[in-house]
This record gives sequence, C-alpha cells and structure tokens, in this order.
Amino acid sequence: MKISLSHAFAVWRRNASMYGRTWMFNLLPNFFEPVLYLVAIGIGVGAYVSEMAGMSYAEFLAPGLVCVAAMNGASFEVTYNVYVRLTYDKAYDAMLTTPIGPDEILLGEVMWAVTRATIYGGSFFVVLVLFGLAPLPAALLAIPAIPLSGLLFAALGITFSLRVPTIDLFSFYFTLFLTPLFLFSDVFFPLEERLSGIWLWVAEALPLLHPVRIARAAFRGEWTPILIWDLAYVLALAALLLQGSRAAVRNRLMN
Amino acid sequence: MIVRARGARKQFGDRVAVEQLDLDIPAGCCFGLLGPNGAGKTTTLRMIYGATEPSAGTIEVFGIDVARDPRAVRARLGVTLQENVMIEVLSPVENLRVFGRYHLIREPELTRRIDYLVDFLELESHADVPVQNLSGGFQRRLAIALSLINDPELLILDEPTTGLDPAVRLALWSKIRALRTAGTTVLLTTHYMDEAQRLCDRIVVMAQGKAIADGAPAALIETHLRTEAIEIECSSEQESELIRLLADEPQRMRAGGRLVLYVDDAAAVLPVIDSIAAEHGHRTIRPTNLEDLFLHLTGAQLEGGA
Repeated sequence: MKISLSHAFAVWRRNASMYGRTWMFNLLPNFFEPVLYLVAIGIGVGAYVSEMAGMSYAEFLAPGLVCVAAMNGASFEVTYNVYVRLTYDKAYDAMLTTPIGPDEILLGEVMWAVTRATIYGGSFFVVLVLFGLAPLPAALLAIPAIPLSGLLFAALGITFSLRVPTIDLFSFYFTLFLTPLFLFSDVFFPLEERLSGIWLWVAEALPLLHPVRIARAAFRGEWTPILIWDLAYVLALAALLLQGSRAAVRNRLMN
Repeated sequence: MIVRARGARKQFGDRVAVEQLDLDIPAGCCFGLLGPNGAGKTTTLRMIYGATEPSAGTIEVFGIDVARDPRAVRARLGVTLQENVMIEVLSPVENLRVFGRYHLIREPELTRRIDYLVDFLELESHADVPVQNLSGGFQRRLAIALSLINDPELLILDEPTTGLDPAVRLALWSKIRALRTAGTTVLLTTHYMDEAQRLCDRIVVMAQGKAIADGAPAALIETHLRTEAIEIECSSEQESELIRLLADEPQRMRAGGRLVLYVDDAAAVLPVIDSIAAEHGHRTIRPTNLEDLFLHLTGAQLEGGA
C-alpha cells in the first residue's frame, strides 16, 4: 500500500501535542548537555590548549557539538520513547485501529525524531552565535547538518529499538555505541592528525564523523569534494536502515 | 454482511490462535464473541480490523478484503481495545483531537464531532482534566468516545466492561444499545455472560481457537441444555445415588462441591432431590442461562480437573 504522508504527519502531531505539554521535563534538560561540554571542555580545558587545527579549542569544538546535540535528540526519541510507546503505552496498537499503517508510524516517528534533533541542534547553534563561536554567515551552511544528523541517528536508533527484546539493552546502545562515536568522530580532536594508514579508512565507517565534517567545513567556510561522500554516506545509510525497518515495524506490530 | 470470514486461520510460530473460522455479521446486529481467556477472541478482532493478517482464509469487511486494503476498512470502523490507550498528560478533549487527526478529520468537523461525543458519553465534567487523574470508568467512556470519533459503521469492543463497577457497566450497556438503535453494527468480546445475554442478538462461542457454537443466545441455550437449572450442594456419592433414583439421567455439571442439574420440569424431580440432598445446604432453582451454556460448552476440561 502507498505510504500516506498525511497519516504520518498525524503521528508526528500526536508527539508534538504531547511534548507541547511536557517539554519542560522532557525536552529542556537535554538542551544543557552540549552547553556544559562547551563551557567545561571548550572554554575550561581549552584555556590550556593554545590552538587546535589552527583555531582556538572552543572554536574547534563548536561545530561537532552541534551534530552531537542533534544526535542525542534523535537517539533519545527513537530508543527509550519509541520503545515506551511500542510496549507500555500501546500507542501504535491504537494507531493500527485507524487508517494509519505501520509505514506511517515509522515515517511519523522518524519525522518527529528529526524535529527533536533540529530543536536541540538549532538551539545549540543559537548559543554558539551568542558566544561568538559561529562565524556568520558561513556557519549558516552548517544548519543542514543538523537534520541530517537527526535522520541518520533516527534510522540507526529505530533499527536497534525494533529488534531489542527489553528496554534494559538501550544502555548498551548508548554506552558502547553512541559514547565512542561522540569521543572518536572528529568532535574533540582532528582524526586525520591522530590516525594514519588503514585507520583513517576504518574511521570513515563512523556515522557521526560525516555530519561533523560537513558542519566543520561550513564553520571554516571551506568546500572540499569529500563532503559529497559525507552527504552520500548519511543519506544512503539512513535510506538503507529505514527500508529495513519497514518490515521490522510490521513484524513487531502485526505478529 | 458487514463482516464475512471464511476459513480464517492465524498461527504464531507453532501456536494456532484461530482455526478455520467462518463468521457472518449482518448489518445492524450486536454480535458477541464469547470464550475463555486465550480462546482467540482478540486475534479474531485484530484480523477483522487488519492489525494482523490471517495465515490462511479471507476476511471481508464492508465487502473489502481487509488484508488487501486495511486503510479503507479502518476508515469506516472504530475499535475500543482491551486496555485503555490514551495520552495520560492530555485531557479527554485533547486526546479526542489527536485521535481525530489519525482519521484526517479537519476543523470545523472535528470540533463538532468532539462536542457530540463529550455530550454522548457524558465527559463534560472532566473534559479538560489530564487523563491520568480520571477514574477507570471515566477513562473507559473516553476510550469508547475515541473509537467513535470517525462515526463508524462498525464498532468493535474488546472486553468493554472488564474491571468496571456495576453502575458503570450498566451505563456503558445503555450507550452501546443506543448506538445499535442508531444503526451501528456492534461486535464485542466478553467473558461476562450477563453482558452477552443483555446486549447480543447473536453470539459465537470460541474455545481453543475454534468456534464451537453460534446462534441467538436463547436459541443456543435451548439447543444445548434444558430450560431449568437446579443447583445443589452434594457429594459425588450422593450424585450417583440421585442419578440412580431419577428415571431419565439428567444433564449435569459439577464445580467443586456444587452440582447443577438441567431439567425440563424442576418441580417433578424436586422430591427425589430433597430426599437425597436436602440437609446439605440450600438448593436454587433458576432458568438456564448463558453461563450454563458457556460452562457446558467450554468447561469439559475443568470438569475433569475440579
């Protein structure tokens, strides 16, 4: 059956209505996380680092943290929140009594995760502008990297969520997958200066690296052809994972 | 026919949940699916509204093959799930609004519909209070309101009154009757026999995934059992003594120390019964009801184990 965008949007609006009521508790706290990193590491630790890749440490850190904020926003949504709606709230069982089908549930949730990622990444971007760490207008070109990070990590997270048997396993996803990505994806130090040979190629597999490279290039006001590879990686991996999730959603909800 | 199932079967791995089910639900009817827990009632409902696909057989609703076009079918029916599913931090009116959007109902039609349902299910008093602060009975009324948001031709209710107090049950029954009078076809599952007897024109009794009887409640009782039931306390020795003394061996059922005899004329056998079991607690004579039928049809396994 054809995917109905308007029904997917109804799923999106369900979440929007709910967070409209609970955003103080559910949305606000995560916003502070990248701000704390920026202050503690960028400005605190940065005071002892004379320069990194030709700029102040806070300036180096800024574009990567925009993508991290988006990654976290999307990830929380498609892991814990999707799992709760699936298993405890039975929200999807209720949707399946209406003209909404499994494809629309998947699409609506991904759209909402991208929205949440954009709220976090976007508001952190505003913080950077206020700190004077986003060189305007060049840095504006980094804005598309925010929903791109959201899309990529929505696809990765939901792929995991649809296959885990219990909510306890999400701590593995965060500790053993997202945290290493956060630490080793060009956010805190320039990978190409620390890695060499085959390891540089292995690093290309890291999902977070690609949106970070796009954001960093925009902040620097530089364009390199490798950005095409970064964009292609994000879009292709997201498309592949979401296509795989269509059968997983059906299987999880309808059997 | 609103619902027409032929040879519907559902298998989950090795477990067969529903087997070889044929159903015909005519328009305007209140149809009951009865059966013990695990009989396959909920799976049958899920196949009817397309939340799960039959492993074999076909199900048509409104003349549409559900497996082929579930969206078209679900646009015209409403389902109240066994568990109340609502957004706890939102009010009844906000929940109705969210649900209306699932059906792509637009303003001003949506507000008009919500106003009507708030009135019909008597939700005014707490229409703007977060759902988490509402009583079980109020939440159940809201759950039914949600399933009526699209003005469905077929209303499916999965155990509509389980866990509710008697007053709330009576109130809900009157709402269900009102809907039926207005022309909505109702399909419900229950294991309360009084509920089925009061509401349903036709019932199907299910056990272990199969339909084992169907028809109008009164006709079913008549087909399977005698018209009067006599309940007495007696031991199994007394039971054999009783059977020996009675000319015709009566239909009977035992649950623990209690024996139920089904007869056409209770007065004729009372002297014999009293001679055997009079001193052992009181006896009750009552018309045979759906509960007797249900136990008669599904309770064979219990009898052996009791």
